[in-house]
Amino acid sequence: MTTEINAAAHAGATPGETSPSKAVGRTTGSTKHGAGHWWQERLSSLALVVLFVWFIVSMLRLPDYTHATMVEWLSDPTAAVPMLLLIATTFWHIKMGLQVIVEDYVHDAGNKLFTLALINFLVALGAAFALFAVLKIALGGGAA
Amino acid sequence: MHRNPNRPMSPHLTVWKWGPHMLVSILHRITGGALSFAGVAALIWWLMAIDSGEEAYETFTGWATHWTGIVVGLGLTWAFFQHTLSGLRHLALDIGAGYELSRNKFWSIATLVGSLVLTIALWAFILRGLWL
Repeated sequence: MTTEINAAAHAGATPGETSPSKAVGRTTGSTKHGAGHWWQERLSSLALVVLFVWFIVSMLRLPDYTHATMVEWLSDPTAAVPMLLLIATTFWHIKMGLQVIVEDYVHDAGNKLFTLALINFLVALGAAFALFAVLKIALGGGAA
Repeated sequence: MHRNPNRPMSPHLTVWKWGPHMLVSILHRITGGALSFAGVAALIWWLMAIDSGEEAYETFTGWATHWTGIVVGLGLTWAFFQHTLSGLRHLALDIGAGYELSRNKFWSIATLVGSLVLTIALWAFILRGLWL
C-alpha cells in the first residue's frame, strides 16, 4: 500500500501536490465499489446458509441415492429451483472470496489482473456447466 | 515489491503470540479456497454424472464410496462446516460484537469444536447403516 507514496517521496514529489490518500486511491484501493462488494459477500453468505441447510436436509431425506432417485428429485421444481439458486449464489460467493484473497496476496499489477481475469472465467465456466446440468435434468432432457 | 531496507518494518505475522483467532482466521481462507476448487469440482462432477446417465453416475458413486472418496468427502465436509461457522462468526464481528478478548477466544474455539462435531455427526448419520 505504501509503495506508491514511498516511490513519490524518492522521486522528490512535493508533499501536497497530490495528497497521499488520493494517490493510493487511484491505483490500489476501493474506488466507490468496495462497500458494494463487501455487502454482496455478506448477503450471499447468509443466503448460502439457508440454501445449504436446505440441501443437506433434502439429501438426508432421500430414500436412496440411485440414479433414478436423483433424476426424480431434480425433476421437481421444489428441488431444481433452490438448486439453481444454490449454484448461482455459490459461484458468486466464490468469485468475490477468491478476489479478496488475490487482492491481498498478489501485489504485481499484471499478475493481479491476470489472476482475477482467470478466476472470473473459471467461475463463469463452472457455473454454466452446473446450471446447464440441473436445467437439463429438470426439464427432462437427461439420459434415462 | 520495492522496499527500502533502511526503513523499519511494521510488526507482522511473526511477532504476535499465536492464538485460536489467528488459526480460525487463516483457516477461513484455506477452507474457502479448498471448497472453491475441490468442492466445486465434486459438485460439477456429481451434477454432470446425473445428467449423463446411469453409467456415468455409477462411476461417480463408485469413487464417492471408495475410501479415497470418503476421505475427500470427510475433508470437504469439515472444510464446509469450518468455513460456515467461521463465516457466521465474521458476521457477528461485522456488527461489532465479540471483540472482547475472552469472548473472541471463546467463539474462535467454538467454530473449531463445532466444525468437528458437525462433521462427525453428519458422517455418523451417513455411515450409520454400514456397521449396524
